[in-house]
Amino acid sequence: MNITLDLFLQVDLPALLAATLAAATCALLGNFLVLRRLSLMGDAIAHAVLPGIVVVFLIASTRSTLPVILGAAAAGLLTTILTELVRKIGRVESSASMGVVFSILFALGVVLLEQAAADHVDLDADCVLYGQLEDVSWFAPVAWTSFLELETWRDIPREVATLAIVFFVSAFLVTLFFKELTIAAFDSALATTLGFRASLLHYGLMALVALAAVASFEAVGSILVIAMIICPPATARMLTDRITMQVWLSLLFAVISAVLGYGLAAFGPGFFGGEHALSAAGMMTVVAGALMTLAIVASPSHGVIARRVHQSRLAASVVHEDLLALLYRFEETQQANPTVDLVHSHIRRGAPGISERALRAGFRSALKAGEITKNNNRLELSSAGRARAMEIVRTHRLWERFLVDEMGSRPDHVHRTATTLEHLTTQPMERELEMQAGAASRDPHDRPIPPKPAPNEPTPDKPTL
Amino acid sequence: MSIHPLPEAPPRLADLPEHSAQSPLSIHDMTVAYRHKPVLWDVDYDAPPQSLIAVVGPNGAGKSTLIKACLGLIPLASGRVEIFGQLPRRVRRDVGYVPQRESVDWDFPISALEVVAMGRYGMIGWGRRVSRAHKDAALQCLDRVGMADYAKRQISQLSGGQQQRVFLARALAQEARLYFMDEPFAGVDAATERAIVDVLRTLRDEGKTVICVHHDLQTVQEYFDHVLLLNMRVVAAGSIDTAFTHDNLQKTYGGRLTLLDQAAQALAQAGARP
Repeated sequence: MNITLDLFLQVDLPALLAATLAAATCALLGNFLVLRRLSLMGDAIAHAVLPGIVVVFLIASTRSTLPVILGAAAAGLLTTILTELVRKIGRVESSASMGVVFSILFALGVVLLEQAAADHVDLDADCVLYGQLEDVSWFAPVAWTSFLELETWRDIPREVATLAIVFFVSAFLVTLFFKELTIAAFDSALATTLGFRASLLHYGLMALVALAAVASFEAVGSILVIAMIICPPATARMLTDRITMQVWLSLLFAVISAVLGYGLAAFGPGFFGGEHALSAAGMMTVVAGALMTLAIVASPSHGVIARRVHQSRLAASVVHEDLLALLYRFEETQQANPTVDLVHSHIRRGAPGISERALRAGFRSALKAGEITKNNNRLELSSAGRARAMEIVRTHRLWERFLVDEMGSRPDHVHRTATTLEHLTTQPMERELEMQAGAASRDPHDRPIPPKPAPNEPTPDKPTL
Repeated sequence: MSIHPLPEAPPRLADLPEHSAQSPLSIHDMTVAYRHKPVLWDVDYDAPPQSLIAVVGPNGAGKSTLIKACLGLIPLASGRVEIFGQLPRRVRRDVGYVPQRESVDWDFPISALEVVAMGRYGMIGWGRRVSRAHKDAALQCLDRVGMADYAKRQISQLSGGQQQRVFLARALAQEARLYFMDEPFAGVDAATERAIVDVLRTLRDEGKTVICVHHDLQTVQEYFDHVLLLNMRVVAAGSIDTAFTHDNLQKTYGGRLTLLDQAAQALAQAGARP
């Protein structure tokens, strides 16, 4: 497949521009919907603008930009207001009322559209869903230098011009009222008491979403609008805990989805030997979904992999600590150094459901830290291991004291709880426990609470009961 | 030309004999209803200046409703509220608010400092950025509640007590003269409880008035100067010595007035089926 420069400038560039602007606008506004947990509102408005467009068309027989935008904006506001009304009067949750309102409005739009189609009108339902990106063309540019000429800009495709205006208006308003949108999303009651009426901001935002939806409609269709309102902000949220960064990342992901999606749709099939280009809007939505999946799986902070790694590290460190504490208890009761198998079975019994991998990893890390040694398949604490084991057992027994003395638990009920808590005890918690225990030197089962290690204390001897 | 004389503007509450001119908050004959069902009836109240006031009553007594109605967050079915002798919306800058902690989404991607800075938004105004000076002021407020070290933390990483302190710091950042707080002591640790009490006392010493919905009857006497006992109506109000009595508590907690409940129900049904 060959691509010439003038073909690229006349067909691909305007389509790319339209898609990128649409994606960026939707993503920008979508941030605030996702943060308010109102993502479905974007869906609702994207669908509900259809009857607005069709009604304008039936009344004014025009597809020119301004009347259509006004009609769609009115439909968008109507959706917002109806949703509120249905929620209040119908006493249903807000997602249910959104679902009711937008599906009925959309259906109404489709019926009206068919009516219009019967009158041989140039509007169809497919265009509503997928858009007509391939129809966006720009005949003026023939080379890069064409962009230096005024004539070229005069010929700019209507869709691109509209989308550019809507993008810059949205960007301007979001920048100007960023603080107001943030406080209304986070704490609408406080916003209202401070004089920033949350409902006003909400309707303003919804009007902008409706504007973005209708401007994007013709070029990219409603599916992409919905995807771009939700996916890039949600993807960005997985990667950052800062709202400004979330907004910037969402814009980046929107642009990547648009450009990569277009590239794959236009040139992907040719690359694989296919003949027909794919739906560009569809491909962009797929890319946005793929980015989101990637973020859910691989985000360094909130991702599935990161959480798994964290969990398995935690499991290994629990085994490690359990192992030290167990060996210490063997020493306490003057038993011979236990065999590896015996220790394994003890730990398994203490922590049912523990994975073999965690078990092995815990053993490895204890050996590697030099806290235990293995001789003839028997395990022994090193002096460093004994020091640490004392701290763990001390925490355990302090917890047992606390659970019995302060919480009134029965002494035979507290071991398991203390075993869990001993791994999660922070320094301040430990101090609090010490305070509560006071001068107590024995746990509820009359075993000694090991003394607090002093800094630079010489190696502790084997314990005696 | 109008035949009827224009109605005179109603006198300010502060000028009425039954209200006090010094009161930071005057409530006159206020009734508040949800879906036509009254939850507060005919409330009259004057908050004494420079005091810590506990609003006490059982669940469903209308404590939060009272606060929200004073703040203009829910409409009054009837009656009037004046704050420093003015309509509440005219004195927004003088009124601080601490909502219930559960009323917001603590997963929101902002830091503790950014939440506190929200307290300054009223003075910053529409469309302006948060300046360095306002950020510094917010940081000082965080410091006053012992949370300066957590300024950059995302709010979901804070404990419940720490989140409550952030809310308190945000109220301080508002630099108001009258504060409404909705259960600031709910579910907090001992350290936070002490920090909140310290801040409340400092506020009072600075001449401010704090009205707190409070649920722990054990600590009312220790933490507060005045009490407003509420159960769908004002049962009693006054200083701890005079109003926080066994008798009044019995009246407040000894069950609803069945007749009031029935009347509210009847009104709600009449409203739903006109």
